[in-house]
Amino acid sequence: MHSKLTISQADPRPMYQQLMEQIRRRIAVGDWVPGQEIPSIRALAASTRVSVITIKRAYLELEREGLIVTRQGRGTFVADNVDLCRDLQTRELDEHLARAASIGAELGMSAEMLARRLREIAEKEDEKGR
Amino acid sequence: MTALLELDRVEKIYPYFALRDVSLTLEAGQIMGFVGPNGAGKSTTIRIAMGLVTHDSGSVRLAGYPMPAEQARAKRDVAFVSEDVGLHSFATVGWHIDWVSSLFPAWDERYAATLLRRFNLHPAKRIKALSHGERVKVLLLLALARRPRLLVLDEPTSGLDPVARHEVLAELMTVLEDERRGILFSSHNTQDVEQISDRIAFIDRGRVIDLSDKEVFLDRWRRLHVEVPDGAAVPQLPGVIDVDRSGRIATVTANGFSADIPAAFCSAGIVVHEVQRMTLEEIFVATVMASRKEQDA
Repeated sequence: MHSKLTISQADPRPMYQQLMEQIRRRIAVGDWVPGQEIPSIRALAASTRVSVITIKRAYLELEREGLIVTRQGRGTFVADNVDLCRDLQTRELDEHLARAASIGAELGMSAEMLARRLREIAEKEDEKGR
Repeated sequence: MTALLELDRVEKIYPYFALRDVSLTLEAGQIMGFVGPNGAGKSTTIRIAMGLVTHDSGSVRLAGYPMPAEQARAKRDVAFVSEDVGLHSFATVGWHIDWVSSLFPAWDERYAATLLRRFNLHPAKRIKALSHGERVKVLLLLALARRPRLLVLDEPTSGLDPVARHEVLAELMTVLEDERRGILFSSHNTQDVEQISDRIAFIDRGRVIDLSDKEVFLDRWRRLHVEVPDGAAVPQLPGVIDVDRSGRIATVTANGFSADIPAAFCSAGIVVHEVQRMTLEEIFVATVMASRKEQDA
């Protein structure tokens, strides 16, 4: 289980996001099961060769998403109540939407503008599907 | 807990170079990357920290001990790796291991044996028969097997091939499994620094020009590609350090990025086409350029 995560220099996403996605996938496919202890921040930093602060950030965000829990002095575990596949797919969708929202905000778009954009794109995809 | 290394307003004046007002702190459990162009003062700073060069003013504490006054005590807990730390070219790898292990009671024989295997080094080989990469690995082995609380490395990966670099970085990361230990390393390989550092200090022309958590560095900086319609002006915004305009297209560099910046551009009639994150290398170059522009002005 002491698995290696990998960082790609060619991936434009920040390193902590690359790590989050790989951890999510491990949980989604059931390699890491609910309640299971996952590597400590320092152990994962060593095996992935990525700074402690980066792993910390990935864990913190995954905790915020409710996917993992840290119990003081005992370690970090996959959350017990993750309703695996569905939940994770929804989460992945939310993550993409969150990214879209933040890019939108960076481009100065309002939520309404974003929603309109999304509707247009969804309609186009719909037409493609027919 | 005391810091592993504390430099407070350290100065050192040479005829043609001066280190000025250098302050930095390395806490236990962290890796600090020290990045600067050649001749920026990285090695001088590291040598002052190690007591190899005496500073003119300011204070230095290494492993909690004032330097250079208590360097003998400090150095029990600290290992220093630099290309010019001497290996005896006619002696063998094994001779060096015996010698260093006799000096340091904390020497970890099993770990030394593991490293010999991992680095593919042969005890019977003479130093002069080794490649540059192998020499670096010998120095690293001699430092790591002492299990020092602080490892100070001057350009540990320079001149190494990609495989050797990978091996060296992997070994450095295992040090940090113990949260009482720490590493300070200098490099101009920003990719290595970006990958393994928790804290990063930029140095140029004898001054620390920026120092912060890596994640903060990477989050703060953005490059924006914008279109400035005729008649519109690019507003001066806090957090923006450079606007490079040619025709209607401008590239904006921000070191204090927030969503307020593109919002302000939009309300000034400027179209924001793209917002990009920057690599540590790009951030480093932009920081050095901005600091020089300020100094020269």
